[in-house]
Amino acid sequence: MQRSPDRPPRRLVRRVVSFVVFIVAVLVAWEAFKLLAGDSIFVDHQKVWDPPLKVWLASDVNLPHVWMIWNRTMAPLTSGADQSLGGYLVSQAVFTMRESLTGFAIGGVLGIALATLFVHFRLIERAFVPYVVASQTIPIIALAPLIMFFTGHNASSVIIIATYLCFFPVTIAMLRGLRSYAASRRSILWKLRFPASLPYLFTALKITATASIVGAIVGEGPGGMQEGLGRALMFFSQQYAISPEKLWASIFVTAGLGILFYLAVVAAEQVVLRGRSQAAFG
Amino acid sequence: MTEQGASPVVRLAGVGKTFGAATAPVVALADINLEIGRGEFVSLIGPSGCGKSTLLRLIGDLTEATGGTVEVNGKPARQARLDRDYGMVFQSPVLFEWRTVEDNVRLPLELFGHDRASQAQRAQEMLDLVGLTDFAKRHPYELSGGMQQRVAIARALAFSPSLLLMDEPFGALDEMTRERMNSEVLSIWQRTGITVVFVTHSIPEAVFLSSRVAVMSARPGRVTKVVDVDLPRPRGLETRESPRYFNLITEVREALRGSDGGSSEATLASPERTAAEGGIG
Amino acid sequence: MQALRRNIPALLILVAILVGLEVFVRSANVKAFIFPAPTAVWAALVSNWNGGYNIFPAARATLTEAAGGLVLGTALGLIVAFSVSRFPRSRDTILPLAVAINAIPIVAFAPIANNWFGILSPFSKMAVAASLVFFPIMINVLRGLTDVDPSALELMRSYGASPGAVTRRLRIPNALPYFLTGLKVATTLSLIGAVVGEYFGGLTDTLGRVVVGAASALRFDITWSAILVVALVGMGMYLVAVAVERVLIPWHPSVRGDQPA
Repeated sequence: MQRSPDRPPRRLVRRVVSFVVFIVAVLVAWEAFKLLAGDSIFVDHQKVWDPPLKVWLASDVNLPHVWMIWNRTMAPLTSGADQSLGGYLVSQAVFTMRESLTGFAIGGVLGIALATLFVHFRLIERAFVPYVVASQTIPIIALAPLIMFFTGHNASSVIIIATYLCFFPVTIAMLRGLRSYAASRRSILWKLRFPASLPYLFTALKITATASIVGAIVGEGPGGMQEGLGRALMFFSQQYAISPEKLWASIFVTAGLGILFYLAVVAAEQVVLRGRSQAAFG
Repeated sequence: MTEQGASPVVRLAGVGKTFGAATAPVVALADINLEIGRGEFVSLIGPSGCGKSTLLRLIGDLTEATGGTVEVNGKPARQARLDRDYGMVFQSPVLFEWRTVEDNVRLPLELFGHDRASQAQRAQEMLDLVGLTDFAKRHPYELSGGMQQRVAIARALAFSPSLLLMDEPFGALDEMTRERMNSEVLSIWQRTGITVVFVTHSIPEAVFLSSRVAVMSARPGRVTKVVDVDLPRPRGLETRESPRYFNLITEVREALRGSDGGSSEATLASPERTAAEGGIG
Repeated sequence: MQALRRNIPALLILVAILVGLEVFVRSANVKAFIFPAPTAVWAALVSNWNGGYNIFPAARATLTEAAGGLVLGTALGLIVAFSVSRFPRSRDTILPLAVAINAIPIVAFAPIANNWFGILSPFSKMAVAASLVFFPIMINVLRGLTDVDPSALELMRSYGASPGAVTRRLRIPNALPYFLTGLKVATTLSLIGAVVGEYFGGLTDTLGRVVVGAASALRFDITWSAILVVALVGMGMYLVAVAVERVLIPWHPSVRGDQPA
């Protein structure tokens, strides 16, 4: 089947549309599930609808109505507060984003530097690469609470965690990328090797974008910080029985942050790798 | 080798193939008329883009003609494919790397529902035919390119089709291996009496193997000349050194040059499969 | 022998680090609660193995959660991958979508899982683990089912093979290496899911709770020993996946040891 290649703008539009359609589909499915198997719906104390089935997962506590979550987000954070829940969550997201971005950047630079070092000095590479590879199999996230306790419950600790999560994938990707161009070690050829390794780098960055946020949240939450999405998640999780909408709102904001960061990296990739068509999952 | 008066195995009448959208059509083939009789060995040769691979695929119903009729064994190509009238060998062996050599040969027999015992026996026979009996339990990666291609041939013949379609099967091999493979194909052909349609870009190969060589031109693809190869059989090393062989090669070469304005040698040197030639569907 | 010799620099580094740490901690009189010596970590591990912080039962519990999540996530991933592969044109929309969704920090799911399935229930951690495992499996299997050599598809067409036969004899074996690649990644992720889920709350006798509990009690020797066990469990799971790969696809270039160009 000969398919004429979609020009980038058309493909982009198609992707955006499919994403929006997906979101809408999820919301519709959400409410449909509740309609079928959730709690009864009351309007002005009159029972308007009684679902035919009863699945515990669809109850108003476990799966609040989408509009309830929305209303709660627009309402003040606590009674009498100036800021809405939504506003609060966005500010926490910004806080988390700052930590993640810093960790992402430092981790990325560190990873590139390490890979460059390894490529130049084979002995150092052979000494350390097994650990780099092995670390991929170790849940580094296990160290998060520890680091928080060591270095204090503050943003710098979280940045350390995010950095730690970010530099290994970049190192490994860069190692493969720098080597993808078989060349001797003359410095002139860096002009060729670095550009050749960019696709590999971006593959790793798409992963570390999310990893940095995960690291930040795990540092903030269980690490006991006073600010950030991790803290919001922990806090609202404790209030779940009373007000489940707050946790759900936090989850949506977190999801949104992750996707936004990821899309930013994808956009950067399109700009930098102009024309080099890159499979979205490549 | 042709049985006069017997119905042809392959009959192409007014066949055309156009690719692409209505706004920018690519005419790969136009008005192809060719008949191939039982037991013949016919080569299709031409410059890149002449549609020889596409033509082969039309015969095999791997793509559909946009004009004219393609008949195999008196049936429409599609029916012939569903009736498993032909076996095909591609430019790359296309062996399943997770199967042993023997299991690769058994693939079509499994698909056609033969019982296990006859599958095993038939696979054994085929491997004997191509001289790879000892490699039955090996995996494709353990074999050289030439050997893998022999497995592909064994697989193509496993279910005893009446027609064998070969698409530049030896293009990726070195010259010496290719010559050896040519002799092997001829010996298989002689032993089985199968009809062969052979696509190649190598003039010596086409002349050495065939009873007839169909020379094609490009843009749009047509059959410009059919050269009768009257070299005596069986053909061997002596054939490759006979004056008649060289004359025939020259005849084909000139037919090729005439068909595309003198640039055939340059294009024949590098086998390319353009989208038009090797397009799938 | 060749492999051993190649790894000597790495082994030397390991030994050097351990020895260096030990010497540094002892000589610099670093307070144990900041940075324990390797020997102290080992001692903490031994004394807390079946008592105190109960590291062995905790490891067993966490491993169960990870394994359960792995099975669940793999099953879901396979189901979705097979379903999507039946509609080849959907692949180009579904795949980027799935990758974008994968960008959602699944860690956000942990509090919800705890609330849905009960903070003390192992299933809440299995759910988190499964949600992490789902994507690599789904994406890899989908790729394996659809990234098939076009010539192989032509070959099957030349046999008049039905779509079911093509799936059974071509797509599924083709997908096996991809699946195993995904599985290797998934083993680590399943453990991360379990441990991170535990960070957000869970039974005391789980590795995540041991880490958090020991750290907040400032017993860093125990914290490190728990982390060490997490690392070992992770490596163990990964190595099992590698072994499975060796057995199932010995013919694959990556397994039979071909050096890339």
